[in-house]
Amino acid sequence: MSHSSELIASDIEGYLRSHQYKSLLRFITCGSVDDGKSTLIGRMLYESHLVFEDHLAALEADSAKVGTQGADLDFALLLDGLTAEREQGITIDVAYRYFSTERRKFIVADTPGHEQYTRNMVTGASTADVAVILVDARKGVLTQTRRHSYLVSLLGLKRVVVAINKMDLVEFSQSRFEEIEAEYREFAGQIGLDDMTFIPMSALKGDNVTDASTNTPWYSGPTLIEYLETVPVDDERAEQPFRLPVQWVNRPNLDFRGFSGQIVGGTVRPGDRIRVLPAGTTSTIDRIVTMDGDLDEAIAGQSVTLTLADEIDASRGDLICAADSPAEVADQFEGHVIWMHEDAMLPGRPYLMKIGTRTVGVTIANPKYRVDVNTLDHLAANKLELNEIGVCNLSLDRPIPFDAYNDNRDTGGFIIIDKITQNTVGAGLLHFALRRSHNIHWQDVKVDKAARTGLNIHRPGVVWLTGLSGAGKSTIANVVEAKLHSLGVRTYLLDGDNVRHGLNRDLGFTDADRVENIRRIAEVTGLMVDAGLVVLVSFISPFRAERQLARDRVEADEFIEVHVDASVELAESRDPKGLYAKARAGELTNFTGVDSPYEPPESPEVYIDTAALSPEAAAELVIATLRVRGIVS
Amino acid sequence: MVLEAARLTHLQRLEAEAIQIMREAVSESERPAMLYSIGKDSSVMLHLARKAFFPSIPPFPLVHVDTTWKFSEMYSFRDQTAKDLGMDLIVHRNPECVERGINPFDHGSALHTDMWKTEGLKQVIDLYKFDLCFGGARRDEEKSRAKERVFSVRSPQHQWDPKRQRPELWQIYNGRRSPGETLRVFPISNWTELDVWQYVHLEQIPIVPLYLSRPRPVVDRDGMLIMVDDDRFRLREGEVPEMKSIRFRTLGCYPLSGAIESDADTLTGVIQEMLLATTSERQGRIIDFDGAGSMEKKKQEGYF
Repeated sequence: MSHSSELIASDIEGYLRSHQYKSLLRFITCGSVDDGKSTLIGRMLYESHLVFEDHLAALEADSAKVGTQGADLDFALLLDGLTAEREQGITIDVAYRYFSTERRKFIVADTPGHEQYTRNMVTGASTADVAVILVDARKGVLTQTRRHSYLVSLLGLKRVVVAINKMDLVEFSQSRFEEIEAEYREFAGQIGLDDMTFIPMSALKGDNVTDASTNTPWYSGPTLIEYLETVPVDDERAEQPFRLPVQWVNRPNLDFRGFSGQIVGGTVRPGDRIRVLPAGTTSTIDRIVTMDGDLDEAIAGQSVTLTLADEIDASRGDLICAADSPAEVADQFEGHVIWMHEDAMLPGRPYLMKIGTRTVGVTIANPKYRVDVNTLDHLAANKLELNEIGVCNLSLDRPIPFDAYNDNRDTGGFIIIDKITQNTVGAGLLHFALRRSHNIHWQDVKVDKAARTGLNIHRPGVVWLTGLSGAGKSTIANVVEAKLHSLGVRTYLLDGDNVRHGLNRDLGFTDADRVENIRRIAEVTGLMVDAGLVVLVSFISPFRAERQLARDRVEADEFIEVHVDASVELAESRDPKGLYAKARAGELTNFTGVDSPYEPPESPEVYIDTAALSPEAAAELVIATLRVRGIVS
Repeated sequence: MVLEAARLTHLQRLEAEAIQIMREAVSESERPAMLYSIGKDSSVMLHLARKAFFPSIPPFPLVHVDTTWKFSEMYSFRDQTAKDLGMDLIVHRNPECVERGINPFDHGSALHTDMWKTEGLKQVIDLYKFDLCFGGARRDEEKSRAKERVFSVRSPQHQWDPKRQRPELWQIYNGRRSPGETLRVFPISNWTELDVWQYVHLEQIPIVPLYLSRPRPVVDRDGMLIMVDDDRFRLREGEVPEMKSIRFRTLGCYPLSGAIESDADTLTGVIQEMLLATTSERQGRIIDFDGAGSMEKKKQEGYF
């Protein structure tokens, strides 16, 4: 499997020509701790001649120092990239490795088998063509094997190699091999895997890795490398209808307007009719532009720039489709959500979704169920923790074009981004649009907000008071409302405790319930602003994300966030309802400031230091801000 | 040998991927820049950028974090490249290093590299408020690189935290940043050294002639062949530069770059030698010799 040295030495040009036409296969290796996965990858790199002398010298030194193979080379040490994990003896993340044989180039996604498995495996599998699942011949199909196989099938990989490893430790027993194969096939049928290849192997000794082993005369199938070299790699997306998500509008001058992107489905030729989604406008492909000259045809996987025959509007995030088989457009979906962050997914919290080249706002409903990745059981859940997978309804803030993930990974797969930290916190697969998304239309009303406002001597607005329990929110809100009322302003005060007795009496104080609590209040506030009122909201509202949600629900100049600030010590010393005492005594859990976090506003419109300002003075400050905004005169 | 008729070859797939990454990065940033080190990886990255945005000129400047100690042929190649392509070139030299005359002879390779390159890079990013920088690093170069993301977040202090990397799925990259954070984007992450050379050959991409063997003046110092590129080189007692047929596998500051003796004076000759070689590419870089994990440590401190 090494590069053919003779050809390199005698005819480098010939070698380069043959190498230039090699195809590329991306695969993922899955296995649990100690099943020989690192050893296998290490061996493939070593045998493909990609371990240089200086690496080998380091490997020999490391093998002697921390290796687990006595005097032999510990191939696993070739792979451990980061100092921290070498010391812990575990790999902590996804790593990508590269090697090639006479026929193909390979990119291996190497993912660890320990508790971070789901996030890392899903990441590695998302770009893989084939999965290699390692099974220890002594142990057979384990819980981890089922878990890995389920994730591989969830991510839509069609082909799986089951490498039954450590055959040398079961005396290369054919019956043991067949027993494991039968057990695996039975399980695989349940999760929809059908293209499977079973190989008896010893990664440590090299049996059936590159060369057929003399220890398994009863096995006539391919070696692992033979399989990987010959499995078809043509992009399945090429058989799908044409799709190109617009990445960048290319306008070098007034005479050229091109749409740059990578084709993620089908084929395109000049003259083809296309449709731009979500707008739905149609046109014809004029040119397929590249720096190497215009193309007569381009296929899935290629990055190109298209020009259209008509001057239609298209921008980043739009999807150019075959006119006769366009993607669907919808704003409500059912899909799988895979959570990838330590902070749990909270239903109702606004997140961002990036799908293709488009980023939109999304809220995720209560999971219909969560999947136990070990047993495949469906469990009840009201949030998703790190590494948990659930089936959920998703609601977007605007319609997007999409295909079902099983038809096209690139138009049906998405990531979830936290609005505050900007981190990628989850990923998911769209399955289908909810029918109601097609059927619900906003009721067109004749009397609108402007008409209602016209009856008042003021404009509508929101004064949102946030702060710890006992900071003085309600006291200040009451003074503000009394003053506004005397000025002839139509007001309404929504107070946390009062609302929790009615509208929100089904909610507790977990993070998930707090998010839902504020989501409902934000909705009610939005309706009241639409009715023309000045709404005073007095809620602890501890999380920035939900206060942002409330802000986004109304016009930018209608929202005034008031941070009623008091230190925990000061609020606790006031303790008007005796709650801090209860929380400290452990009688009350999830109490903000004691055992539940408070995220202070970063730039509130009004900041009130209650240690320094009386409620009366604080109220004047709020009313002055309302005047500056032109909400009251 | 019969090769299957795959519709796209591995190089075409790698090229399309790099182009997709660049367009995504440019679309999701406000002030992008390309870090241009004048080496072969930079040359390939720049060529891919031209393809990504054609017929437009790549919509960002080239940034060279200079140490004043590069090979003179690198400087002329750099200036000619920017001129030929009509791109803006920003050259930054850490003013503190200029003032104090930091050099590898008096201050050692570690301090020299840290102050000119690591500090210089932070300075130029802060000075021009770049929010995204392309770099030509590849995952096959070094073990800690194998785990770095294509879109890699740096803290406002320019630090990399290997434990807090964002997951990257499919071809969806998250280019969003919190205030003060910046991104490093590596479009050729998935290329190997052979891929780079093969692509240079196939696309006829110009590279600095130092990659090809010529007779050049060198001294043998501590087991490395160091080229005497100008009269700032301090010869030790008894050292006399001699002409040898040499070339470089990686290019950096000339007093810190080890040459290899070679007769490969053509591109295919170089590829041939590389394929038959038995030592890895980074061995010619003195900065990697500071001990296991040294690259990971440098990256956490803000080295590219």
